[in-house]
Amino acid sequence: MATYLDNNATTPLDPRAREAMLEWLGRRHGNPSSAHRFGQDAREAVEVARAEVATLLGGRPEEVVFMGSGTEANNAVLWSAARRYGFSGHLVISALEHPSIRVVAEDLVELGMELTVLAPSVEGVLDPAAVGAAIRPDTRLVCLMSANNEVGTLQPVAEVATICRRRRVALHCDAAQAAGKVPTSVETLEADTVTLAAHKFHGPLGAAALWIGSDTEFRAHILGGGQERRRRASTENVAALVGFGEIAMWAGRELEERQEHLRSLRDRFEQSLGQIDDVRIHCQGSPRLPHTSHVAFMGVEGEALTIRLDLAGFAVSTGSACASGAVEPSPALLALGLSPEEALASVRISFGMANTLDEVEPFVAALSQEVGALRRLAPSLET
Amino acid sequence: MIAVAMSGGLDSSLVAAMLADSDEELVGLSMLLWDQSTVSRNGRCCGSLDLGDARRVAQQIGIPHYTVRLEEEFNRHVVTPFVQDYAAGRTPSPCIRCNTWIKFDVFLQRAVELGADRIATGHYARIRQGENGLELHRAADETKDQSYFLFELTQQQLARSIFPLGEMRKSEARAEARRRELVVAEKGESMDICFVSGSVKEFVEEHSAELDTMAPSAVIDRDGRRLGSAGPYYSYTVGQRKGLGIAASERLYVLEVQPRENRLVVGPQEELFESGFYGERLSWIGGEPGGEVEAEVRIRSRDAGVRCRLRPLSGSRVEVELAEPQAAVSPGQAAVFYSGTQVLGGCWISAPEPAPMTMTNSPFRESRRASVSRS
Repeated sequence: MATYLDNNATTPLDPRAREAMLEWLGRRHGNPSSAHRFGQDAREAVEVARAEVATLLGGRPEEVVFMGSGTEANNAVLWSAARRYGFSGHLVISALEHPSIRVVAEDLVELGMELTVLAPSVEGVLDPAAVGAAIRPDTRLVCLMSANNEVGTLQPVAEVATICRRRRVALHCDAAQAAGKVPTSVETLEADTVTLAAHKFHGPLGAAALWIGSDTEFRAHILGGGQERRRRASTENVAALVGFGEIAMWAGRELEERQEHLRSLRDRFEQSLGQIDDVRIHCQGSPRLPHTSHVAFMGVEGEALTIRLDLAGFAVSTGSACASGAVEPSPALLALGLSPEEALASVRISFGMANTLDEVEPFVAALSQEVGALRRLAPSLET
Repeated sequence: MIAVAMSGGLDSSLVAAMLADSDEELVGLSMLLWDQSTVSRNGRCCGSLDLGDARRVAQQIGIPHYTVRLEEEFNRHVVTPFVQDYAAGRTPSPCIRCNTWIKFDVFLQRAVELGADRIATGHYARIRQGENGLELHRAADETKDQSYFLFELTQQQLARSIFPLGEMRKSEARAEARRRELVVAEKGESMDICFVSGSVKEFVEEHSAELDTMAPSAVIDRDGRRLGSAGPYYSYTVGQRKGLGIAASERLYVLEVQPRENRLVVGPQEELFESGFYGERLSWIGGEPGGEVEAEVRIRSRDAGVRCRLRPLSGSRVEVELAEPQAAVSPGQAAVFYSGTQVLGGCWISAPEPAPMTMTNSPFRESRRASVSRS
């Protein structure tokens, strides 16, 4: 049985969320927009879920817009700003942002907008002052994630929010990797919009939310229906949203013990890494997510290491995976000041609630063996 | 462990399926060789349908599958020389270079790194144990034979390679793929150069750093008389007839491409024939025979072959004398020497003005040179 250590990609579904969903994948069905009682029941289920997600975020239910993925939510925010200002003006994003921010922003540049990408410090944290310096009179939107998906560093969103408010610029915060794992409250983040995704914290795939503050103007990206108060047309994915609501409820209640469990796994792992030579744990001294460890094994190709680990029964990742499973060095890692060699020598290990302390030792043993094998092979092939 | 090089095509998929029946531990590996950066920039990285097919086949037969990125190496060893060849007036052979430098070199190394001891590919060719080491032979299916493309493989490379389709006919392979209900059983052949989607001319113009001109070329005959003009010289290869646009009483063929002068020498078909040529970078699969050799030579992949006598010269050069004159002996193409079904070795047909070739260090290439000098 393989050990899954790639929880930043997606997490296994919590059985309690699954139970809640099964009701809507079997016995019950309905389009929440229908007038009849089937529709009314489905509407009620979606609204209960919305209230749970709002509670997790510390916001109000009417501020929660359900979407199909975190990527969709991030796209929607950028497109809203672009449309509202007729594809003119300036965007500021951090270099750590997920491609669903970065690539959209780059696309908007081709459509007439201007873009400033702010590099973080070598500790993987953005300096809020850099945002202040980058904002111009025509800046429309600033995007800063609450926690990076690769190295796991937490970002100073609240400080940046203060600057943005003073300069009257909207702030979007992608909290997909943070929500459900560390306290993520719209009141402390103080952003205008916040993204979260159910499957990153043991909810189902295909359910995400964009929190839109009551006083934030938002122009819908997907049109053609009145759902989500005209902010996102599409018939609601009732079963997935029910699962989302369920897991949001549990994540809120269990946040403390979740953090503790994840941190204990990660810390045990990082302590055990001492048995392997030439290892660098990135951003170890920075405020980080409790479950993410990004490690360079010098002289080893991360791509080869993940394949060997997978063959040995341990699933980890390098960079962002694509449809065919190929790996490319992440621009976010290069922005951290890692050399391309170091970035390519890196592997991301991300723990989840389903992992146990018993799994750490066999994993480190396998890691030690595979890193050793690759290091022995590399010089022999060069001669 | 065996690593199967899976392209997502029928042949390599069948290889994987057949080997999955054995007790051998198996892993499927696909190569990401060419990623159009313009597409990638818009966020659609590695969207290749073929690699998706490879992954589906691996799922179907129950083996792990991974994609390894070899774009940089492919660009360096295959695409750049391809463009350089056109810019220098030669006819490139990207598929041979891909075998020599990518599949049986960096890919093989990658497979070894991942714990494999051999690679299996869908090539139609046969490896046999001979008295003096491993031998490379033509495939059982003459119409599908790909041994020509493998002539630069060394003993070390052959020792780590398996060609399970070598004894099969293509029709049998397809029938077998259907019998196994592989998801790619109805896929067609890939015939084009995999990295060129539009015209070669435009590709060369886009990717070459060394084109001095994009102007129309002058078209002359053997006596230097100007017959007219045609597209830039790199749009043509030796033996080409189409696209010259010169009105003449007889059909004209490109006899020579002269890059410096941006000039094409053309003439009637009989002038295309040569009774011999010089080759460079001569290599032998089983070690150098020493002295003159009688063999059969193929000067392009689909070629019936002709008797020849070859005289090795210094500096890995060779003089090849043909028993019967051959049409369109094209600089840049490979000449592969056979004895019956066995591939003895081969060389690269020299350009009128041979340009130095780029060589890079590699364990398999090094060992090949070592094996040649030993014998």
